[in-house]
Amino acid sequence: MSKNIKFVQGNEACAEAALYAGLDFYAGYPITPSSEITETLAYRLPQIGGKFIQMEDEIASLCAIIGASLTGRKVMTATSGPGFSLMQEALGYAIMAEIPCVIVDVQRGGPSTGLPTHGSQGDVCQARWGTHGDHAVIALTASNHQDIFSITVEAFNLAEIFRTPVILLFDEVTAHMRERLVIPQPGEIPLVERLKTSVREGVDYHPYLPREDGRLPMSDFGGVHRYNVTGLFHDMWGFPSSEPGVVHGLLHHLVDKIENRADQLAHYREYYTEDAEQLLVSYGSAARSARHVVEDRRLHGERLGLLELQTLWPFPNGIVREKCAHVKSVVVVEQNMGQVMQAVKLAVENPDKVFLANRIDGVFITPSDIINILRLIQGKGV
Amino acid sequence: MAIKDYLRERFFPHIWCPGCGHGMVLNGLLRAIEKLGLSKNEIVMVSGIGCSSRITGYVDFHTLHTIHGRALAFATGVKIARPELNLIVPMGDGDALAIGGNHFIHAARRNIDITAIVMNNRIYGMTGGQFSPLSGENISATTAPFLTIDPSFDVVELAKAAGATFVARTTTYHIQQMTDIIRQAILHKGFSVVEVLSQCPTYFGRKNKIGEAADMVAYFKKTTTPMGSKAKQENPYLLERGIFVQEEKPEYCSLYEKVVQKAMKGQ
Repeated sequence: MSKNIKFVQGNEACAEAALYAGLDFYAGYPITPSSEITETLAYRLPQIGGKFIQMEDEIASLCAIIGASLTGRKVMTATSGPGFSLMQEALGYAIMAEIPCVIVDVQRGGPSTGLPTHGSQGDVCQARWGTHGDHAVIALTASNHQDIFSITVEAFNLAEIFRTPVILLFDEVTAHMRERLVIPQPGEIPLVERLKTSVREGVDYHPYLPREDGRLPMSDFGGVHRYNVTGLFHDMWGFPSSEPGVVHGLLHHLVDKIENRADQLAHYREYYTEDAEQLLVSYGSAARSARHVVEDRRLHGERLGLLELQTLWPFPNGIVREKCAHVKSVVVVEQNMGQVMQAVKLAVENPDKVFLANRIDGVFITPSDIINILRLIQGKGV
Repeated sequence: MAIKDYLRERFFPHIWCPGCGHGMVLNGLLRAIEKLGLSKNEIVMVSGIGCSSRITGYVDFHTLHTIHGRALAFATGVKIARPELNLIVPMGDGDALAIGGNHFIHAARRNIDITAIVMNNRIYGMTGGQFSPLSGENISATTAPFLTIDPSFDVVELAKAAGATFVARTTTYHIQQMTDIIRQAILHKGFSVVEVLSQCPTYFGRKNKIGEAADMVAYFKKTTTPMGSKAKQENPYLLERGIFVQEEKPEYCSLYEKVVQKAMKGQ
């Protein structure tokens, strides 16, 4: 069978992957640098009988996909920093009401309107803590188009398994860059479909009573089971409750179902980590330059390795601790003021050996930027 | 089906204060649904936040109690995903037209087949009696200790201007009319808006010395009149009740179906 090869933007790779994963409802609002995802799906979805709507803002976009998800559809929205800020309340709603959905944040420079057409990775902590209250989230990223494709499909799968919103944190550099993408054959990447209840009509269905494995089978709106969905703390029927036992139990369920599986959820790539004396930890577009540095320094005999994170939240503490255990120093390469570096410091045994190599001026961090910073850390000067 | 078959009695007692008008709206709404003979599985009720929004918990439909002001955005998603379902969105005045004003005008502009019921008691009840964009001027509220200076929206005029194809107003006093209007609103294919003047004796009535619940309901009788009545000509301060707009225009989901057909043909 001939390979389906495309030369596309990262945003198009994401849109293609969403369709591969079974996306059939998308709502969005124009914002740079994510608009190509919305534009691609405005064109592609109706061709396959799917639904697309351009909403009045990003808040409405996320609300609309949550509503559509409840009817049994696979749903997604995409935005950038300012829109992602607007989505935070509805994101918390989707966490609380346990609605599968995928939210793409193609990061640009912030705060505020910031740098619309320049790259940044400044929304990492917003993805984790942007919505109010204690909660857990799943946030994934990727550094190249093939990985954008597979991690996007994974986002849809995890949204179904955990009944939760999954955030895809891409950035302007990978989103707008064009490179080769091989679209996998159908079935090549396994898809997780909606787990539906086997409770028959007329039998009491409890939408918020987890099975033994923790999963919650759903019933589509419009189906035979009528139930309540709310952002308030709720009992197993979905009815509001402020009973302390119910509140405590639900909050633990929402957090534990994700945080307790951090290792299982950890997607990462590693390059030359086995004998590394110094380890770079990076993700997204920054990991491209970090990888270039590692390949280059290896040619010079330096024992440098790279841990490229694809799961940012829940933070893969176990993996990071293990990979950093035997290195002399850890350098986190990212395009913000140390958002993942802080998480790495918390994960490792000796936080004093963790350094930051970053760039925050809207210019893509280059291999020479990283090399200069490495020399400074090694006390060699630039 | 009896009215009580539409209720989730398991979740009673409700949270509304004695004398609150929202229970009367629930009554009118369920009688309308009963008259239409709709199956409970065909109805999705979506609400936002506020006293009025708690209505979704008490009815035995597919119910979605969401976040403040955004009910119409959630409902839009449900409707486009499953156009065959009947979407009913009860909202308070603040929920619909302050925080939710943008979604309100855009749902109207699209003429998407959703029935929006604005339960207008001119006050934020759940948060303790602050004024809303429908309070109007010279109203006492906890955030207007020196009386309001904010003019109010006219829900009917706003909905008309935004493109709603069914626009009506009634009150909790006129329960028969309310039932009939809501019935027609649900039947209407397109975005329908029903403003129901409802009483909040706890905050609006007490702070503005209008009296108790019964006095407030009687006030609706005294201060409103059927659309185009002689009374209105004689006293322009009376507020008109009735169906102001009822017109056929292409509905959003039907139009999107045509987009799908066009896109599929082009392949």
